Amino acid sequence: MLASLFIDAFRFIPDNPHLLLQKTWELAELAFTALAIAIVIAVPLGLWLGHRHRGLFAALGVSSLGRALPSIALIGFFIAWLGVGFWNIEIALVVIGLPPLLTNAYFAVEGVDADVVEAARGIGLTESQILTKVELPLGLPLIIAGARIAAVFVIATTTIAGIVGGSGLGEIIANQAAYGLAGVFAAALCVSAVALLATWLLGFAERAAYRKMAPSA
Amino acid sequence: MTGLRVAGGGPVIPSFGHVNACLKHNGWFCTVWVHDHWGDTLQPALIQHIKLTVIAVGIGFVIAFALALIGFRWRFLHAPIGALSDFLYALPSIALFELLLPVTGITTTTILIPLIAYTLFVLYRNIVAGLDGVPAEVLESARGMGLTRRQTFFRVELPLAVPAIMGGLRVVTVSTISIATVAAYLIHYGLGGPIFDALGQPDIFRTELVAAGALAVLLALAADGLLALLQRALTPWNRVR
Repeated sequence: MLASLFIDAFRFIPDNPHLLLQKTWELAELAFTALAIAIVIAVPLGLWLGHRHRGLFAALGVSSLGRALPSIALIGFFIAWLGVGFWNIEIALVVIGLPPLLTNAYFAVEGVDADVVEAARGIGLTESQILTKVELPLGLPLIIAGARIAAVFVIATTTIAGIVGGSGLGEIIANQAAYGLAGVFAAALCVSAVALLATWLLGFAERAAYRKMAPSA
Repeated sequence: MTGLRVAGGGPVIPSFGHVNACLKHNGWFCTVWVHDHWGDTLQPALIQHIKLTVIAVGIGFVIAFALALIGFRWRFLHAPIGALSDFLYALPSIALFELLLPVTGITTTTILIPLIAYTLFVLYRNIVAGLDGVPAEVLESARGMGLTRRQTFFRVELPLAVPAIMGGLRVVTVSTISIATVAAYLIHYGLGGPIFDALGQPDIFRTELVAAGALAVLLALAADGLLALLQRALTPWNRVR
């Protein structure tokens, strides 16, 4: 039964390329807009807090609270409050993406060797130069790792948003009656392809950042 | 638990035509509703949710631990096991529940299999990273003291990996509690039940949504705290500084 489902799903993909491409595009649009907004908010904030060595408790609290929020309840909350719409779902997705970014940016800078920062201060770098020229490059791999976790979270949540009227591949997955199990499975494969591609690209960037940091290694 | 309700509120007097003002306006948190439906809706859902989480994380941990031992001992298997857990993790949860429904039916098994599959991703990686993180000089001195390979594993490597393993267990427990709510889209079980009931109302029943959502958050935070305490108890050497 499962074997025939696999065959049907793989047949569904070439039979409905237009539908799948469009829904994949909608999912990518929702997910990557949210990820970009979350990065713009969380990374500078995390860097600044980490540089000041302040807000450890807040950074840890935000990360565990963020993971604890059930995405379906969170999306439901924003829909009950603001109604269904691109930006309302977008807000929920940004909220889901913030915690791993904030925590990783914080610990990326917090964890930079104090002697290195002291030496930079000693040769006369200003605080903002220390942050952008010393701490940011050294912490970059961990910051990108945070973006990778956030990307997986946000893509998964975008799919769940399909249940409550969000657009994208989740719409197919939540509507088995219309698309059949083969359609659901084909859409699921497209979602995992987007998620794996994002993970792989960010993992590549993370390793590149490591190499740049230690060119001799 | 019916005793609790009687003791708290006395007999329920039906108030025809006099709907509570908060409920009438679909307020965000009407204590009247929470009080009246704690026993028949929220509490059973909470208990079901705890059961799901404990079983899924327990079985997931056993499987991940066995896989980690295999990946740790036979290095060439590490990459394929990691890739498989990556793939499983990338599959959307609702799709997995839908795919299993025709196979395992409307049972908790249908909910548990995807939940277990998702735990493997974090647990496998953390257990292997924890075992790998033991410093070479520590292993060298263990060998110097004449410990066998088995003794080194149980007395040196495993205890030193406990913080990484517990860290993984905390992440997984919290995310399992969150993902389990999604399963109720197909099978009315756990805290997702009241959440989807609320979402299914024409106007979205806010109190039920907020109450069940808040219970899921509180359960996750409580579980995280308990595991943090367990981690402290398991690694007494970390406290002596």
